[in-house]
Amino acid sequence: MLDVPLEERLPSTQISVADVSDIAQGAAFLGTGGGGDPYIGRLMAEHAIRTYGMPKIIQVDDLHDDAVVFTVAMVGAPTVMLEKGISGDDIDLSINRLAQVIGKMPDAIAPIEIGGINSMLPIAAAARLGLPLVDCDGMGRAFPEIQMVTYNVHGVSCTPAVVVNEHLETVVVETSSAKRAEDIVRVVAIQMGLSVLFSAYPMSGKQIKDFSIRETLSVAAGIGSALRRGRQQGDPVNSLLNYLRSTKYFKHCKVLFDGKITDLERSASKGFSTGHCQVSSVEKPNEWVTIRFQNENLVVEKLGKIIAIVPDLISIVDSESAQPITVESLKFGQRVKVIGTSAAPIMRTPEALAVFGPAAFGFEEEFQKLEEIHQDTE
Amino acid sequence: MRIGIDVGGTNTDAVLMDGRMVVSSHKTPTTANISDGVITAISRILDRAAVSAEELDAVMIGTTQFTNAFVERRNLLPVGVIRLALPATAGLPPMIDWPADIAKVIGTHCYMVRGGYEFDGRVISPLDELAIKRAAVELRNLGVKAVAICGVFSPINPDMEERAAAIIQQEIPGVAVTLSSRIGRISLLERENAAIMNASLTDLSRKVVTSFRHALTQLNIKAPFHISQNDGTLMTADFVEKYPVLTFASGPTNSMRGAAYLSGVKDALVVDIGGTTTDIGMLIKGFPRESTMAVDIGGVRTNFRMPDVISLGLGGGSVVNPTDATNIGPLSVGFRLTEKALVFGGDTLTTTDIAVAAGYADVGDKQRVAHLSSDVINSAVQRIHALIADGVDRMKTSVEPVPLIMVGGGSILVNQDIPGTSDLIVPENASVANAIGASIAQVGGVVDKVYSYERMGRKQSIEDAKHQAIAVAVEAGAVKETVEVIELEEIPLSYMPGNAVRLRVKTAGELSLC
Repeated sequence: MLDVPLEERLPSTQISVADVSDIAQGAAFLGTGGGGDPYIGRLMAEHAIRTYGMPKIIQVDDLHDDAVVFTVAMVGAPTVMLEKGISGDDIDLSINRLAQVIGKMPDAIAPIEIGGINSMLPIAAAARLGLPLVDCDGMGRAFPEIQMVTYNVHGVSCTPAVVVNEHLETVVVETSSAKRAEDIVRVVAIQMGLSVLFSAYPMSGKQIKDFSIRETLSVAAGIGSALRRGRQQGDPVNSLLNYLRSTKYFKHCKVLFDGKITDLERSASKGFSTGHCQVSSVEKPNEWVTIRFQNENLVVEKLGKIIAIVPDLISIVDSESAQPITVESLKFGQRVKVIGTSAAPIMRTPEALAVFGPAAFGFEEEFQKLEEIHQDTE
Repeated sequence: MRIGIDVGGTNTDAVLMDGRMVVSSHKTPTTANISDGVITAISRILDRAAVSAEELDAVMIGTTQFTNAFVERRNLLPVGVIRLALPATAGLPPMIDWPADIAKVIGTHCYMVRGGYEFDGRVISPLDELAIKRAAVELRNLGVKAVAICGVFSPINPDMEERAAAIIQQEIPGVAVTLSSRIGRISLLERENAAIMNASLTDLSRKVVTSFRHALTQLNIKAPFHISQNDGTLMTADFVEKYPVLTFASGPTNSMRGAAYLSGVKDALVVDIGGTTTDIGMLIKGFPRESTMAVDIGGVRTNFRMPDVISLGLGGGSVVNPTDATNIGPLSVGFRLTEKALVFGGDTLTTTDIAVAAGYADVGDKQRVAHLSSDVINSAVQRIHALIADGVDRMKTSVEPVPLIMVGGGSILVNQDIPGTSDLIVPENASVANAIGASIAQVGGVVDKVYSYERMGRKQSIEDAKHQAIAVAVEAGAVKETVEVIELEEIPLSYMPGNAVRLRVKTAGELSLC
């Protein structure tokens, strides 16, 4: 039964070690250049499953309206996470301490961010604590800041929230806005060692039903599975696009450009890896696109015209293997394909755009839906 | 005068160099005890050149013995692994992602103890010396003779690893200890894996270095000898005995550096066509462009810097489908070319046969391929060139035409211009490019550190890193005036305070021979 891919085994089923590998690969694609390297997250999730058993995955509609759901994620610097990972007890305490503050244990765990390493942490948490994991998240991709989630867009309070490190030092955060929580947690995380667990956005089942982006764990698994099978058949990019077109939200997708990285500028600005890269066509050297990023890829421009923009997803993948490439791994000369994918409708509303649209990243340009920009070519 | 030797899995190649000139060269099968093959190769080149051992200034050796041993799971020792990290990293135990077969050889003697550093040098926990002592006693009772020690953020502060080593050495007489801080970079698992791999090669490294020393003694060679490491620079024999893992990529690196040297071109593509595969790499300032991907050696993930080389399933022995001549390789007759190929009286149509039939190679008996139709010949020739052209295109970083240096015995397969290239250079002595690369190797220094641009400023940070890298090269034996910066990499680190940037500076200079 378990060799049938996860996305075909829904709605209620378990996450196996094999599934983790697919989800991690899909999460790397959804990371849009950021989100941290899922590799160690994958190993930690696999280790948790082997030690504690497979966690159950449930759909948003399986929850009672008054169920209690906590989210959990890792916060810190990816470089530090690569050295320190997690201890395990820190995950347990982040949930247990928040439960103490709220007054009850959660009925389920939900991801905050499906892109990158934070697709893996909730799996490890669910396995360790024996709690079901909800197939959803609050970003549908990766974003750099804690307030950039659909939960916050619709007024769910980010706090009370709990930050825990490997020494089991704990900070309980209570603020009036998610942005303030983000600012405080970043400072606290530095003192706590920059590789900490964060449990936040305690929610009701009704709030998850109304405000989450549904089925993103399954989509991550589906992307990973499509890439894996596509590589075996020699065409992972088309396999990926075909899969995305079969999903509810990510179905508008295309290869925006195919070429080599011919310019790359990156700097550390306010703690984020900021800059741009240029991808030039191999056959027609006078054709290129420029991608601007701040940890995640945010805008693609061609001849002064925007051809994809946040919150729509922009991923840079290796031309042949379709392996997603993080902003920190971009290198001059890499042969890549730039893939644009539509974001879920709940992420494109005016309220959502105010929190994580172009303006939130300092861009003057307005958001335009990927499928509208490219309507003549889809 | 210097000697360059490459001890490969199949062949031992040697060259005698007088300045820039190749005086003599020889290729002989690698022997099981290594020293016999080395003695044969060196004796031949000295005899042919009528040069005596006293006239030699230096001997440089490149070898893939260690990579091969690890990949083939042979001559490896079980290793005790001690990680200084708790309470951090507990969710990510050592060897967590190792393939079962190699894990069985190495054993699962892993210990995690309190210790390690934070990103800014603070201590995670004070080092648990008692736990290390207890681990050492257990390892001693198990008869484990090689230990790998890995501490969190040890590349920024090796003190705890060194203290742990002292305790281990006190408890286990004759133990070989590898400190991860000496061989690896940031990223715990990859660095720990490299340390474990290194420790497992302890016995083999002693045997191999001893056999090199023995060979040179037998030949009465008193000149100093050095061994090439991953990036083509040199290490002393003593250093290699302790850090064999640093030789892993030296083979392909030396081949490419030899190609650069022979052609006199520093920025070019290098196409090395062998019997079964064609390796294509890119030379920048005389050194191979390095790969950015995590490197998997024998199924174990590491972050060694390796040359960025793509491998095509095309070589001189590649089998050509007679009914569809565009179907070439990856199957190859390999070293059995001289019995299997048509021109040598065999029954298999190979690319070498095509080259002879097309008239641009003259080996074997060309009458034996006179029956091939011009369709078959042309299709195969087009396909061969298309495969190489595609590989070349994948390696180029811009659309500008780039010189192409061709080395390897299979270079007879190419007879037309490859699109995107400006010149085709087939240097003499290309078949021993790897030994030549070893002989011209320089002494290098690498500094890989995190700087805070907020605290130190960009300019000063870069100057500091360069200064340190030059000092490392000089300490390793380089002539100070010849040391140059050959690579500078700046990677901003996200989410870290103080505008943190990782600077990696690589320098190289001529080996001081006095």
